[in-house]
Amino acid sequence: MENKKEFTCIVCPVGCHLTVTKEENQYNVNGNTCKRGEIYAQQEMIAPKRNIASTIRVEDGFLNLVPVKTDKQIPKEMIFDVMKEINKYRVTAPIKVGDILIENILGTGSNIVATRNIAKNN
Amino acid sequence: MLNYDLVVIGGGPAGLAAAVEAKKNGIDSILIIERDRELGGILNQCIHSGFGLHEFKEELAGPEYAQRFIDQVNELGIEYILNTMVIELNKDKEIIALSEDGLINIGAKSIVLAMGCRERTAGAVAMNGYRPAGVYTAGMAQRMMNMEGLMVGKEVVIYGSGDIGLIMARRMTLEGAKVKCVVEISPQSSGLNRNIAQCLNDYDIPLYLSHNINKVHGKEKIEGVTICKVDEKWQPIKGTEQYFSCDTLLLSIGLIPENELTVNAGIEIGEVTNGPKVKSNMETSMEGVFSCGNVLHVHDIVDFVTKESRVAGKNAADYIKGINDSDGKKLFETEAGNGVSYVIPNYVVSGGKDGANLYFRSRKPYKKVEVKVLIGDKVIKTKKMPAMIPSEMVNIPLSPEEIANLNDKIKVEVKEIGK
Ligand SMILES: Cc1cc2nc3c(=O)[nH]c(=O)nc-3n(C[C@H](O)[C@H](O)[C@H](O)COP(=O)(O)OP(=O)(O)OC[C@H]3O[C@@H](n4cnc5c(N)ncnc54)[C@H](O)[C@@H]3O)c2cc1C
Ligand code: SF4
Repeated sequence: MENKKEFTCIVCPVGCHLTVTKEENQYNVNGNTCKRGEIYAQQEMIAPKRNIASTIRVEDGFLNLVPVKTDKQIPKEMIFDVMKEINKYRVTAPIKVGDILIENILGTGSNIVATRNIAKNN
Repeated sequence: MLNYDLVVIGGGPAGLAAAVEAKKNGIDSILIIERDRELGGILNQCIHSGFGLHEFKEELAGPEYAQRFIDQVNELGIEYILNTMVIELNKDKEIIALSEDGLINIGAKSIVLAMGCRERTAGAVAMNGYRPAGVYTAGMAQRMMNMEGLMVGKEVVIYGSGDIGLIMARRMTLEGAKVKCVVEISPQSSGLNRNIAQCLNDYDIPLYLSHNINKVHGKEKIEGVTICKVDEKWQPIKGTEQYFSCDTLLLSIGLIPENELTVNAGIEIGEVTNGPKVKSNMETSMEGVFSCGNVLHVHDIVDFVTKESRVAGKNAADYIKGINDSDGKKLFETEAGNGVSYVIPNYVVSGGKDGANLYFRSRKPYKKVEVKVLIGDKVIKTKKMPAMIPSEMVNIPLSPEEIANLNDKIKVEVKEIGK
């Protein structure tokens, strides 16, 4: 593993430029404006994680799609597997914001939750 | 003719927050007019998260953020009509709208303009070639993919590095498209750094800065684009041409406030913002007509839209009750000083009871700056910032005390404070 890495913090819109150096078994973070940046940088070095958003097909709804998101970050390298899994699903209206549509997706510990209400088509 | 105390034009986050605030301030006769099939505005198509950090201290997806305000509108029993487009506003605060039942006339004591903005289209840029099928604005593609379930293309080039384009680069990649590159004419992106990191770098999508599209290939349907490097004057540099085949070109080249209604009503418009000129109580040059959100100036984050819209709603309520914060008081202009492209509001009411919230953008990217707010040549506030970029709006509130004895222009300027 490299001893020094640079990247942009994605935790908030400020987007600080972070530099991480590895000493012994510890990562030292520079350039962060707040604590969350430090946590992010360490996470990014050990096992990068991301949130994703997508849509699921809806039957019988006011719209044909419901937007969804991961409620916890998933490992970055699993993003496309998770997308594939989401695309297999169909749900039926009505749906409410926060409804868990897929539980513990691919064993990641993250649920796929609805991010809007979809009323039943009448 | 229908009559309301307050009519809000536009049911996006700006209109919703303004209506809720007016209701909370004692106004019962309110109507929100929305041309779309539902409330929520542009947020309904923005399914990625990142909304509401200031407002709710959590990261919400666009529709979730919108829903919180739609719920409040419903709980408070605020009236709204959908599928209805306002086509005219006149000097007597009368509105003509085209509804499902035909034309309707509505009179109002006060009006909030909250029509949002639209994206620049292909007509706004010079590109050789035809305008074949397969060219969309990034926002249009966003709506088609996220709300209608239509995939717009498989091989994509994105022109302009605005946030909506960056977000669509990721979204299309996740849905199986190949995004070949993002082409940006400026030496720096107009989008947020975090979006370059998590939407492009994460998926190895190249960003060509200081590059332009000089030709769109294809007549009926787009077949590809030729891009090339440009010099400081944005002139093409010979020999740097590169060809990319594609079936889709997304444009993310900026937003323009939708002010046809405003202009036709004779309301004064600001040159830099393309939105109405407003006082610190959000009142436009037409008495009793207020404005907020993207129709006023383009916002990058919705939290600021909400904050600003509350001021508009509160002051519209006051106006209806016979209190006008700008009445008989002196107005002082705001000025964009060194390094600042514009300041909203355009005028500050001397002794205004709610103070004033200054919103502004830097002209170019800066590292380590000190932002100064001056009255005349007296500095009244400074704010140190690690960085400033044009795509990120900055907000500095001034308290009622700070503007109690206003006697001169208010200027905002940026000064670099060393590396
Ligand atoms: C495509 C796009 C993507 C964006 N993505 C993000 C993002 O990811 N994150 C972020 O924080 N911000 C984003 N923004 C910025 C966004 O502008 C704000 O977050 C916020 O939605 C602005 O709120 P608004 O109410 O002013 O405008 P809007 O949300 O645009 O709402 C305006 C409403 O007015 C209605 N309207 C317009 N004219 C009339 C009329 N004549 N009669 C009746 N109704 C009318 C429209 O239909 C619309 O519903 C995006 C903007 C656009 C255009
Ligand atoms: S370090 Fe903190 S302030 Fe900087 S981008 Fe990350 S979260 Fe935001």
